[in-house]
Amino acid sequence: MHLKKIRASRKADLAQIVEIDALITGLRKPGYWAAVMKRYGGRFFLVFHEGDLIQGYVVGEIRDWEFGAPPCGWVFGLGVRPQARLAGIGAGLLEALCERFRRSGVDTVRTLLARDNALVLAFFRSQGMMAAPFIALEKRLD
Amino acid sequence: MKLQQNTLLALYSALEFAADPARQVSAAEIAAKYKVSAHHLAKVLRKLGRAGLLHAARGAGGGYRFAGNPKRITLMDVIELFEDIGAPRSRSRRAEERALDEILAEVDETAKATFRSVTLDTMLKLISRRELLRRAAPGRAA
Repeated sequence: MHLKKIRASRKADLAQIVEIDALITGLRKPGYWAAVMKRYGGRFFLVFHEGDLIQGYVVGEIRDWEFGAPPCGWVFGLGVRPQARLAGIGAGLLEALCERFRRSGVDTVRTLLARDNALVLAFFRSQGMMAAPFIALEKRLD
Repeated sequence: MKLQQNTLLALYSALEFAADPARQVSAAEIAAKYKVSAHHLAKVLRKLGRAGLLHAARGAGGGYRFAGNPKRITLMDVIELFEDIGAPRSRSRRAEERALDEILAEVDETAKATFRSVTLDTMLKLISRRELLRRAAPGRAA
């Protein structure tokens, strides 16, 4: 339904992507997003646009044998302008990215989220994602 | 986290109602499906009603209708009506008990995050997918 409004990201989208991320997280990270654009821009970094207005983005990559797992797609960023939510934009972006992963030969998509990020966890759950056979661990180094 | 019988009945009931929000369903109907006493289930439904998840329907037949938004109500919203999920673990003095408590708390936090991330709508989609799989390959997705 939204596929015509989804395209690969371009450098010109960067300012709006930084703005959307800042609206969601409260932090502006232009350097980080410039690096992401340089590394992933195009193939697995997609935007949903209405004319010149970027309403959302998704970014991922295919990682081979990470954590001992066969190649699979990873989603590591997805954001939609708060006022544009509940219109299927996130779902459309995720499906478009999954379709690119499929065409690249992988049959699984994964993501990693903070346990208390209930809103985004609920979104990925609603898209059919289930718990992966991994456990994230950490240790303080102080 | 082990769920009590009442909690499981509340979850099954919430799913029954959310599957067809316009439909008026009686306690006896759900009780028969899950083979429990209608009197017992009526108590569970009254609690769901008091929490605003169900509307009590007046008139012939009585019963309830769903009153919430299945895309917004999570499993945890139902569970916390019936379980004391915030209860702290006993203050243990022995190091072994404290260490084990820490691990059990980890398990609980993961369970809570999972319940918070799954909406009734997501559960209904999951049930549909399982049903489709079962029909496509009887015996495999029981």
